[in-house]
Amino acid sequence: MTPVAARGAINIRNVSKIYDPDGANVLAVDNCSVDISPGEFCVIVGPSGCGKTTLLNAIAGFHDISSGEISLDGKPICTPGFSAEPGADRIVVFQNGALFPWSTVLNNVAYGPVVQGTASSIDAKTNAQALLAELGLSGIGDRYPNELSSGMRRRVEIARALINDPKVLLLDEPFRAMDALTKGVAQEFLLQAYDRVRKTVFFITHDLEEAIFLGDRVLVMTTRPGRIKQTLHVDFGRPRNYKIRSSKQYLTFKSQIFEAVREEAIRAFEAGERELA
Amino acid sequence: MTVIETPSQSRTTQAADINSLALTLFRVRQWFTQSSPYLGFLGVASLLLAWYLLTEFFNVPRFNKLPGPVAVWREFTSPSPTFGISIYTPEYYMHIIWSIWRVLQAFFWATVLGVPLGLFMGWKRAFRDYTFPVLEIVRPIPVLAWVPVAILIFAGIASREAPVIFLAFLATFFATVLNTMLGVESIDEVYFRAARCLGSKPRHIFFRVVLPGALPFIFTGLQIGVGVGWFSLVAAEMISGEYGLGFLIWDSYVLSQFPVIIIAMLTLGVVGYGFSAIIRLIGASLMRWADRSGV
Repeated sequence: MTPVAARGAINIRNVSKIYDPDGANVLAVDNCSVDISPGEFCVIVGPSGCGKTTLLNAIAGFHDISSGEISLDGKPICTPGFSAEPGADRIVVFQNGALFPWSTVLNNVAYGPVVQGTASSIDAKTNAQALLAELGLSGIGDRYPNELSSGMRRRVEIARALINDPKVLLLDEPFRAMDALTKGVAQEFLLQAYDRVRKTVFFITHDLEEAIFLGDRVLVMTTRPGRIKQTLHVDFGRPRNYKIRSSKQYLTFKSQIFEAVREEAIRAFEAGERELA
Repeated sequence: MTVIETPSQSRTTQAADINSLALTLFRVRQWFTQSSPYLGFLGVASLLLAWYLLTEFFNVPRFNKLPGPVAVWREFTSPSPTFGISIYTPEYYMHIIWSIWRVLQAFFWATVLGVPLGLFMGWKRAFRDYTFPVLEIVRPIPVLAWVPVAILIFAGIASREAPVIFLAFLATFFATVLNTMLGVESIDEVYFRAARCLGSKPRHIFFRVVLPGALPFIFTGLQIGVGVGWFSLVAAEMISGEYGLGFLIWDSYVLSQFPVIIIAMLTLGVVGYGFSAIIRLIGASLMRWADRSGV
C-alpha cells in the first residue's frame, strides 16, 4: 500500500462506467483496477473508443462513475454519484489542445496561479516567464497560440499545467495530431519536463512506440468494454533519449505490446463491422 | 539506378516565354476578379449611371418623376439650395448629428444591457431556458408595431426623444443579445474544462472564458445591431421628431422637396457604412488573436 502522505497516488478500484445515450446502455469501462504510485509515468494504450478517455475524465472530475471508486492520495475523488470538482491538483492536457486562443502565451501559463490566487498577476507572469525559459520556450510569451506551431502549442500547454505544481498530470493523447518529427521532439520535451518534476503522469495514447518511449508502465486496455488486459513494465532507466528507440530491448517491448494490442484492434474492427452490417 | 535528365536549352526558353504570357494573363484576370477598392468604385459608378439613365437621360416612365443625380448633386452642392438643405447649410449637419446622437444612445443601452444578458443566456442553461422563449416571441415583432406602445410608455416624460431612442434600441438590443448568446455557445467545451482544471471560480470562467470567447460574435451582433438600429431610427423619426435624417425624409416628402429625400437617403447610407466600419475596426483591434491565423 502507498502511504497516505504520498503526493499523487491514484487508486482506481473496480471502476465501471455505463453510458446511457438514447436508452442504449453502453458499458464503456468494465471493472477496471489500477494503482499508480506517486511519480510514476503510467501509460494506457488501447484501440479507439475503448474507454481510456472515460477513465481519464473520471479522474479529472468531469463526470462520475457507475461503480467502484477512484481516490487520490487515499481520498475518494470519484464514486457513483460523486465527482470532486476539477482542480489544479490534477490537470488535463487535452487531445486537441486547450490553450486559450484569446490570451498570449504568457497569460495562458500564468492563468492558473492568478485565478487560484496563489500569486499576484505580476508575480505569476514573472514565474511563467521563468518556467518558459527553463523549459526552453523563452521569447514566445507575447505571441498568441494561433501564431505557434502545433508542437510549440502543446509544449506551452504542458508548461501551463506544470506551473501549478499539480499532483497528477493527465495527458489525453496530447501528441495525436502531430507529424512524426514534431511528435518526437514533443515527446522528448515531455520526458525532460518529467525528469525535472517527477509528477505522477497518466498518459493516454494509441501509439505503441510512444507508450514504450515514455512510460514506466504500459497498460493495455481491451476494446469496449474497457478492461486492463496486460501490464508491461518498461524498465529503461531515466533520463531517456531518442537513442533507446533503436535498442534491442525496445524492439522486444514493441513486439510484446503489439501482439496484445493487435488482438484488441482486430476485435474492435470486427465489432465495428458488425455494427455497420 | 538514378537517371537525371537535363532539359535542352531551347525548350526551356520557349517554356519561359509561354509562362510569362500566361503569367500576365493570369495577373490581368486576378486584377479584375479580386476584390479591391476599384471594384467598389465601379459598383457605385454603375448605380449612379443606371440612376442617371433612368431619370434624366431616357426619362423612363415612373422614374421621370424622381430627381436625377445631376439635379441632386446641384442641390447638394449649392450654397443657396432651393429647398434649404445642402453641404453649406447648418441644418443639414444638424439633422445628421441628431440622428447619430440617437443611434449612439440606443446603441449604448443595447450594448450595456444586451451583452451581459446574452452572455448569461449562453452560459447558464437554466437561465437560457427561462428567457429564450420570451425573447423569441418579442423579437419578430416589427419596430413599427411598437410605436404606440413606445409613445404610451414614455407619455409622461417631457423629452420627445425617449420613444424614438427606445425604438432604435429595441432592434439593436435583440441583435446584440442573440449574437452574444450564440457566441457563448460557439465556445468549445474544452476551454471550460481547461479553465476548471486550472482552478477557476465561476467569475473567472465568466470574465476569462465566456466573455473573450464570445467576443467575435458579440462584435458581429453589434455590427448587425447598429445597422438595424439605423433602420428603426429612421422609421421612428418619421413618426415623431423635429430633427434627424428620418424626419428630413418624411418632411421633404410631405413638402414635395424630392432632391432632399435623395440627399438624406444617401447620407444615411454613408453614415451607416461609417458606423459599421468603426465597429469593425474596434473589433479587429480587440481580437488580434482571432485574425492572425498561423501554421
